[in-house]
Amino acid sequence: MNGPGLVENALRERRERGGKALVPYVTGGLGDDWTATVEAVAAAGADVIEIGIPFSDPVMDGPTIQEANDRSLRAGATPPGILDALGGLDVGVPLVVMTYYNIAFRMGLKRFAASLAAAGVSGCILPDLPLEETGPWAQAADESGVETILLAAPTTPDDRLPAICERSRGFVYGVGLLGVTGVRAELASSACRIAERLKAVTDRPVLVGVGVGTPGQAVEVSRHGDGVVVGSAVVQRMLDGAGPEGVASLVADFRRALDDAY
Amino acid sequence: MALSDPTPEGRFGEFGGRFVPETLVPACRLIEEAFSEAWLDPAFRAELDGLLTNYAGRPSPVTECPTLSEELGLRLLLKREDLNHTGSHKINNVLGQALLARRMGKSRLLAETGAGQHGVATATAAALLGMECCVYMGEVDVARQELNVFRMRLLGAEVRTAMSGSRTLKDAINEAMRDWVATVEDSYYCLGSVMGPHPYPFMVRTFQEVIGTEARRQCEELLGGVPDVVCASVGGGSNAIGIFSGFVDSDAQLVGVEPAGGAAVGRGVPGVVHGSASYLMQDEFGQVLEAESISAGLDYPGVGPEHSYLAATGRARYESVTDAEVVEAFQLLSRTEGIIPALEPAHALAWVSRERESLAGGSVLLNLSGRGDKDVAQMMEILS
Repeated sequence: MNGPGLVENALRERRERGGKALVPYVTGGLGDDWTATVEAVAAAGADVIEIGIPFSDPVMDGPTIQEANDRSLRAGATPPGILDALGGLDVGVPLVVMTYYNIAFRMGLKRFAASLAAAGVSGCILPDLPLEETGPWAQAADESGVETILLAAPTTPDDRLPAICERSRGFVYGVGLLGVTGVRAELASSACRIAERLKAVTDRPVLVGVGVGTPGQAVEVSRHGDGVVVGSAVVQRMLDGAGPEGVASLVADFRRALDDAY
Repeated sequence: MALSDPTPEGRFGEFGGRFVPETLVPACRLIEEAFSEAWLDPAFRAELDGLLTNYAGRPSPVTECPTLSEELGLRLLLKREDLNHTGSHKINNVLGQALLARRMGKSRLLAETGAGQHGVATATAAALLGMECCVYMGEVDVARQELNVFRMRLLGAEVRTAMSGSRTLKDAINEAMRDWVATVEDSYYCLGSVMGPHPYPFMVRTFQEVIGTEARRQCEELLGGVPDVVCASVGGGSNAIGIFSGFVDSDAQLVGVEPAGGAAVGRGVPGVVHGSASYLMQDEFGQVLEAESISAGLDYPGVGPEHSYLAATGRARYESVTDAEVVEAFQLLSRTEGIIPALEPAHALAWVSRERESLAGGSVLLNLSGRGDKDVAQMMEILS
């Protein structure tokens, strides 16, 4: 693909206005009203929305997203089913899919990339596909105009960061801590550190996720980066049965906190 | 010619690779470098050889089976990995990795286990070298292998129960990887089979090649050459790759035997889970299926990438046997030769027994990868 896509443009626009980006994560197929949740989350001020396609063995995810995956799969969710549902939505903000590589591999990389594009999905995050393995997927994604978002971790050496930022599209996803997804009581110092390290080597938007679970933590880490990804906190609301409005009200809290601070 | 080395990217043909979260990529690279250095370091090799000889009891013998051979109409030889300290081939790999972990300055060993043999071996090495040890084991396996759970605790290891998914080996690996993502700075993941991200499949194979090297020499002495068939059970595939390594350059047929309920090569299609691309039992959407086997050690829907490569190139073939055939074979070896096998190698024997007509008159080397003490409680229930 040539030039920035919808995800990167949306995030750059937020940054140019002096604001910080908010990317909530919604598990696809979790509950009958999950698409209504996506719509409500968009209306509550998300800049981009991540849609999780559940996988049977999510090694990067903690208990909350594991539980959401299991429930969604038990309810019969499938990748094509989730993408079909997304294709019928028009929420006004770009969507990105987060899933594990085997889901794309099984469908066929070209077909999966084309399915994302056909469903109106602009980007894709595959947390078990590191830089060295990303070639065939990134090529298929580029050809379909899908932005491949790569992750950088606290353990990533400095000399590796530029290559990750170079190959990433949309934004660079800074992993906030050593560990799996989930809400933590305190923001890890590694969250601010990874944002700073990434900002030092790239002009691409830098968002931090994993361990960013409260509006206060989102404000704190955004001092060092361009915004946050909020997964488990949002999904926990879904698991608790808060419904689209209940989930949206949490997202609105994050939005308000970021807007008040920046 | 030995087994071929993987590419620098860790590929065996189209299989293998390093499909892990970015957090773990630097750790895998460090292990790769440290292993390459250590393997070329005579002091490391001498220390490992010393432990294999004086602590684990190597070399393990090859045993002729006169009674059973006559009953089956073939010449059966057993490579006696069951006689190693801790009761299986797992100790070969664990001693190597534990020494490597110590050399890398790590203080904690992390492991997954199915039947408990790898967990016991890791707990043993940790006790020996004064390291912390944490072993993940699926809830189903904790229940059916309670003796090994007790052993691990006795050895000072912490055993954590994996409650997610099928609550067997696959889920124990998921939990161990999640732990490693959080503790990678001071923990070393001591993987138990020829699977996972590069360099594990290659490194674990290298540590298990001692089985094949010894067996080749022993067969030369006993048979004046190589056997017609070399067979072994395959879950992840470390005992099989170990013995295959000694015969891959010969005329011997190489046969891996999978459980019918976990036949990754037999029934799987290429997929990516737990760090590498390999044959995998999965549904049409890429969700990994739950294996179902009487043997906790083989209850795994995937297989090491090099086995997928050996299957794809035709150098080895992979067969499967049912739980009922395994129960028969377990009793058969006990009764005829006074050797109670673990349920895992009983799979290989079940295949030999079933194929006795096509194997008639030939010689068969079977890797008896472990002893059956851990399985007697489960078999007592099944047989009563």
